[in-house]
Amino acid sequence: MNQDKIRNFCIIAHIDHGKSTLADRIIEKTGLLTEREMQSQVLDNMDLERERGITIKAQTVRTVYKARDGEEYVFNLIDTPGHVDFNYEVSRSLAACDGAILVVDAAQGIEAQTLANVYLALDHDLDVFPVINKIDLPSADPERVVEEIEDVIGIEAQDAPLISAKTGLNVEEVLEAIVAKIPAPKGDPDAPLKALIFDSVYDSYKGVIIFCRVKEGRVTRGTSIRMMATGAKVDVVEVGYFGAGQFIPCEELSAGMVGYITGSIKNVKDARVGDTVTNDERPCAEPLPGYKKVNPMVYCGLYPADGAKYPDLRDALEKLQLNDASLQYEPETSVALGFGFRCGFLGLLHLEIIQERLEREYNLDLVTTAPSVIYKVHKTNGELIELTNPSNLPDPSEIDYMEEPMVSAEIMVTTEFIGPIMTLCQERRGQYMSTEYIETTRALLRYHLPLNEIIYDFFDALKSRSRGYASFDYELIGYERSELVKLDILVNREEVDALSFIVFSGTAYERGRKMCEKLKEEIPRQLFEIPIQAAVGSKIIARETVKAMRKDVLAKCYGGDISRKRKLLEKQKEGKKRMRQVGNVEIPQKAFMSVLKLDED
Amino acid sequence: MKKELGIYVHIPFCVRKCDYCDFLSFPAGEEAKERYVQALIDEIKSVKAQMQDYEVPTIFLGGGTPSILRANQIRRIMDALAENFTVHKEAEISMEMNPGTYSPREMQELMQGIGLHPNRISIGLQSASNEELKGLGRIHTYEDFLETYRGLRAAGITNINVDLMSAIPGQTLKGWETTLEKIAALGPEHISAYSLIVEEGTPFAEKQLDLPDEDTERLIYERTGEILEQNDYQRYEISNYARPGYACRHNISYWKRENYLGLGLGSASLVENVRWNNTKDMEMYLANTKEPQSLRQDIEVLTDQEQMEEFMFLGLRMMEGIGVKAFQETFGDEIEDVYGEILEELYREGLLVKTNDRIALTGRGIDISNYVMAKFLF
Repeated sequence: MNQDKIRNFCIIAHIDHGKSTLADRIIEKTGLLTEREMQSQVLDNMDLERERGITIKAQTVRTVYKARDGEEYVFNLIDTPGHVDFNYEVSRSLAACDGAILVVDAAQGIEAQTLANVYLALDHDLDVFPVINKIDLPSADPERVVEEIEDVIGIEAQDAPLISAKTGLNVEEVLEAIVAKIPAPKGDPDAPLKALIFDSVYDSYKGVIIFCRVKEGRVTRGTSIRMMATGAKVDVVEVGYFGAGQFIPCEELSAGMVGYITGSIKNVKDARVGDTVTNDERPCAEPLPGYKKVNPMVYCGLYPADGAKYPDLRDALEKLQLNDASLQYEPETSVALGFGFRCGFLGLLHLEIIQERLEREYNLDLVTTAPSVIYKVHKTNGELIELTNPSNLPDPSEIDYMEEPMVSAEIMVTTEFIGPIMTLCQERRGQYMSTEYIETTRALLRYHLPLNEIIYDFFDALKSRSRGYASFDYELIGYERSELVKLDILVNREEVDALSFIVFSGTAYERGRKMCEKLKEEIPRQLFEIPIQAAVGSKIIARETVKAMRKDVLAKCYGGDISRKRKLLEKQKEGKKRMRQVGNVEIPQKAFMSVLKLDED
Repeated sequence: MKKELGIYVHIPFCVRKCDYCDFLSFPAGEEAKERYVQALIDEIKSVKAQMQDYEVPTIFLGGGTPSILRANQIRRIMDALAENFTVHKEAEISMEMNPGTYSPREMQELMQGIGLHPNRISIGLQSASNEELKGLGRIHTYEDFLETYRGLRAAGITNINVDLMSAIPGQTLKGWETTLEKIAALGPEHISAYSLIVEEGTPFAEKQLDLPDEDTERLIYERTGEILEQNDYQRYEISNYARPGYACRHNISYWKRENYLGLGLGSASLVENVRWNNTKDMEMYLANTKEPQSLRQDIEVLTDQEQMEEFMFLGLRMMEGIGVKAFQETFGDEIEDVYGEILEELYREGLLVKTNDRIALTGRGIDISNYVMAKFLF
């Protein structure tokens, strides 16, 4: 394959600005796919992703485009996940491209995430050209958006195609722009093999399927390959490229090409995103730069609602991990919840996705404990603990000091909401950095915030306090020393370990009070009165009481319609099933998660 | 000896639907009502063949508002029942009636003559306060009720129930006591005292209601028992009180899971441990009453477990509770073997009490009967 005729690119956009729709149109217009084969969104093939309108797992499509110059070009459209939790995956996908299409909504303009992704693309030396989408909307203002792109991002946008991915309007211009503006790949096909892994999936027949961009050299069936970071070695069984929704085997992948490799690789951990594939017999001198092992940022306990389902949960996590090297888990035990797992995630969205997949695909009913970040606990004896479970916090007398992870956050907001958003950031212990006006009505706020303040409900609070207009992006910037305490919750005078969490000492009282109030709402009345207390150490800082169950309504008999009564009783009984017995109190499963959403008043 | 089968007849009409009402009922014109009466008579004739092995100890005309039908329409339904079923000579024949729906003349007409006629009237009063009645969306006054009550007595009815509802908007403890005392002084043979349930889909569910607070509701409920018992009413079921010998036999048959056949739109039946409901679709009902089988929906053949569950959660509604021996005779299993652990727990919590052969709710158990009953579901 002639490198001149290959274009490797991705589409970057804010959620809902039309990335997947444009991808579909490109696939459709390049004609490799009949209309009938088109799913409504070919790239997003996981149910969950479709419901959330975001792309979680990167996928890639190869299509053939016959350009106006009469030549056929191979387009490798590399999909990128669209959420900050998956930033590292995004960066590896970008590294596999030579250029990027920036899609900006003609009505919404630039958002925080757009900026973050564009900067990431420019960092990878990609040629970025803009496309203005949704010009069919009545509120579209392409001229303003063109100016905004030039002012804020500093890239040429005057001749940006004005399109509607939805109706297909002017999509041909995008195709021509890909040919004209995205550079063809370079790289010596005769040099030693050097290929970047940008994704991998587990297939029960083929084992792990490595998605890669060949930078130099070539790989065919039978090549002995080695992953340079993990050291895993395997003989290639098949190479190929990506049809829409299918794997199409081919003879060889060579420099400049994007495709897949299979061998008998049993675990995605052996073929991590960012690693370099080389020929074991003729290795390249240096791996590609930028590999890192991604580490979880957020931890929480996952417990089966029904204790007997513990082995099922273990099997399910094992299976999910086959496809998701960033998911970590290890067994733990909670007094309140029994046997479960402490799991590590890239962020809260990742956590929610895994939780939902466990519930839907594996039919498990789960109890999730409060997510926690990793705290560094410096003990007086010089020991350093990386704490992922609040229950393991040493006695305060053994602690010298603690540190918590900090992020640098960028929040894009219309000027009328700057006040409320700054208040929110202050409430969350944000350190104000700067305000930058993008245009007269919009500004970019920069804050340093403790990660622990944004993993719960920050995004929801941000949306509600800006009527949905604010957008948000963040990156980890390191650890800072902080006054932290463990807040314990006692239900009927018994500590519920699954509800303990680490909190800034200045907000412990407020948090404790709100948690007690919330739990009071969530815990149904029982035969006796139940005190709910929040404590720091041995000091009770807040208290609420769930009154004893009084009486039921005296129902009428509905002309012998017993099914009504039965349904009522079944509902009552079902409710009890979703409860956890702590001491002699029953706590509903959802109470464990709902206490995190304390910003709702 | 023939087996017994209670009969429930549903009249799904009312002048105006009350704001809290969740029953199958709606206003209708004279023609629609007559069509329905005719269809009901057809249904009675058509089921006859299936019910030859039974005789009928109780009949209950419920609604809706059965008294929205003219007296002669009720008489025609009664005649059809008499012609097609073997009805006991001593049968209890209840009919629900709203205050002010019948003139004294019509009441006379209803009760007179040979053949079957209602011998127990259940009046839907709900409250003796006109203000509270208005708040419920009722279209009658307390004075209308008194007239109806007296008319029924004049017509020779010796078994009257008055339905009362507590925990309604604007109600105070004093207001409820006044209602109870007024009614007890009047001396109906039976009083039903329910509490308001705000059901989804009713106008009440949409409104901000000024409902009594929890403590008031609790007191209302305690005082109900006290006042009625002082006046010689005996509580025989969670929400039902009667003078000795006047407990409603038809309702008891529900709690004892005896056979009953529902006739009319949306009515429920239990025959030989099969439950079903008639269709709730009026057009479908009217078109198919000659084929009663085709009206039946949600047909459920109760499993042994479901029968045991019902035995417990229905039987425990009665103050006399359930019989240990009766359980064994019905199911062949000892109750201890099936529910031993749950019973022990509930005795320990002071919610159930066992005396000789019977297991019944305690006072506290009545308070939270749903909690107790839900325990018996498998």
